[in-house]
Amino acid sequence: MSQAVLKLKKVIVDFSGFKAINQLDFTVQSKSVHFVIGPNGAGKTTLLDVVCGKTKATTGEIKLQEKKELSKLTEDQIVHQGISRKFQAPTIFHNLTVKDNLEIAMKQKKNLFSMIKAKWTNEQKKKVNDMLDLVGLKEEQDQLAGSLAHGQKQWMEIAMVLMQEPDIVLLDEPIAGMSKKERNKTGELITKIAKDHAVLIVEHDMDFVKEYADIVSVMHEGQLLYEGSMEEVQNDPTVREVYLGRKVEENVVN
Amino acid sequence: MQNTIYQKLLSRRVIFSLIFLLLLAAPLFMSDFRLNLLGKFLAFAILAIGLDLLWGYTGVLSLGHGIFFGIGAYCMAMYLKLEATGGTLPDFMAWSGMSELPLIWLPFQYPIIAILLGILIPAVVALFIGYLTFRNRISGVYFTILSQALVLVVVTLFVGSQNLTGGTSGLTNFKTLFGFQVNSASTQTAFYLITVVVLGLVFFACRKLIKGRFGKILVGIRDGENRMRFLGYNPSAYKTFIYTLSGGIAGLAGMLFVLQVGIISPTMIGIIPSIEMVLWVALGGRGTLIGPIIGAVLVNAAKTGFSESYPDIWTYFLGLLFVLVVVFLPKGITGLFEKWSDRRKKQDVSSSVEVEKSYS
Repeated sequence: MSQAVLKLKKVIVDFSGFKAINQLDFTVQSKSVHFVIGPNGAGKTTLLDVVCGKTKATTGEIKLQEKKELSKLTEDQIVHQGISRKFQAPTIFHNLTVKDNLEIAMKQKKNLFSMIKAKWTNEQKKKVNDMLDLVGLKEEQDQLAGSLAHGQKQWMEIAMVLMQEPDIVLLDEPIAGMSKKERNKTGELITKIAKDHAVLIVEHDMDFVKEYADIVSVMHEGQLLYEGSMEEVQNDPTVREVYLGRKVEENVVN
Repeated sequence: MQNTIYQKLLSRRVIFSLIFLLLLAAPLFMSDFRLNLLGKFLAFAILAIGLDLLWGYTGVLSLGHGIFFGIGAYCMAMYLKLEATGGTLPDFMAWSGMSELPLIWLPFQYPIIAILLGILIPAVVALFIGYLTFRNRISGVYFTILSQALVLVVVTLFVGSQNLTGGTSGLTNFKTLFGFQVNSASTQTAFYLITVVVLGLVFFACRKLIKGRFGKILVGIRDGENRMRFLGYNPSAYKTFIYTLSGGIAGLAGMLFVLQVGIISPTMIGIIPSIEMVLWVALGGRGTLIGPIIGAVLVNAAKTGFSESYPDIWTYFLGLLFVLVVVFLPKGITGLFEKWSDRRKKQDVSSSVEVEKSYS
């Protein structure tokens, strides 16, 4: 079986009294597409935040590959350990070309002095070209990133995440605002990525989750409610209660 | 065909070389007085390049570059002052009741050390301020306010320590540098030429820095500092480096300024000059390296021109110029050129499309 890439143990994130994540144990297996779903405020995005260092865990440990403890590192150090993240809204560099965006995202020594001396190597050129092929932005490579369509921006950002050659990829609602066609392309892209990376995705679109998920985790009030395949999740009574039950109740009240 | 020749003639490298040669040849056709003024403007232009590196590329607005400029200028001036007094105590020190040269003046007896310190001290001060602020993620308008406050602190210190800095009247009455008469026409021409060469060197060094991957990272930090963290960069280190570099360049500019103007006083490095420096960059066009040079020369030339022709109301002209540029040219003067060349390119594209259509 596949092994665990990322392991969270008894993690608590406390926002001055409100526990966005409460005693969470969480594991991500390698080479799998792992979706996190749950109602609003369940702590899904906070989970990604705490893994990538945007938010610090109050207590608990976060380990990558069984050995590297992440919770004490800064954001940029965590990236170099092998975790990279795509944010919900496309955050790309509009004033740089598509190729430039990939160039600076690429895995390389990113300290000041190696950057001053940095030059293209053949290997790096090949990597950027391969990535442009993968996400289908070859023709747009010299355009300013700001001029891309919304879907293209999302793919470019996924490409930027992949250029860092991470062990685990964090995606926050990658298909938000996409057309049906763009959605399918993104899904295929995710399947491709999962061939050699672990992918952890927060998503609201259940059809999309159903189609591409290997494992689905349901979060509720900062804790893990249920974990399993989409089918198991859909048939679990507790999940139905927090998810569907609440909706039914609301409807009744309304 | 004709088009490509035209484009080659207008290529940046050719234009830059032409401007550079023209500046080098200026002593042949300009009066000593005008040359001296131009030399002063070019010293400002050197500072503007450094400031643009910081603001235009890295997105850090400093309203306090006067202090780095000032420290550089004072370093040079201290040497010149000691040289002029010929080993005796400078007059203002004697008036303040000092009997021997204070410790911090001692290194400035030697010209080479004074010149090195003129770059190093501002750079180190910038490194220190930059490290403390950027590491604690103080950025944006908070940094700008802080930099402005620093000017006030430094100027107050300079005015207050009359016995060390000459107080409000500053340092002046210089005589020689390396044995040459500072005020003679030939030495002034040499200073001018040195300024042009230094400007060229600073320009090409910065251009080299900006054109590579490093420049893209700076733009990345300007447009999305937090995103850069999640790409594995530490923006604080980059910002500190650029701030330090820009401080050093400002110090260099200050030294060249004092050589050609012959005086440095706290009013020349205070809040108003510091803000003016930012205006040169804004007017010329930030985010390009040639823009700040154009801005610095143009604003100062306009200032001189207006004040000569309309001594009573020249400040209004200057104000009007700023308003016009801010309203109509948000990207500065170089932005105007970009617009033109874009329009030309578009015309080229549309004409070629028409040709394709008529063939198909």
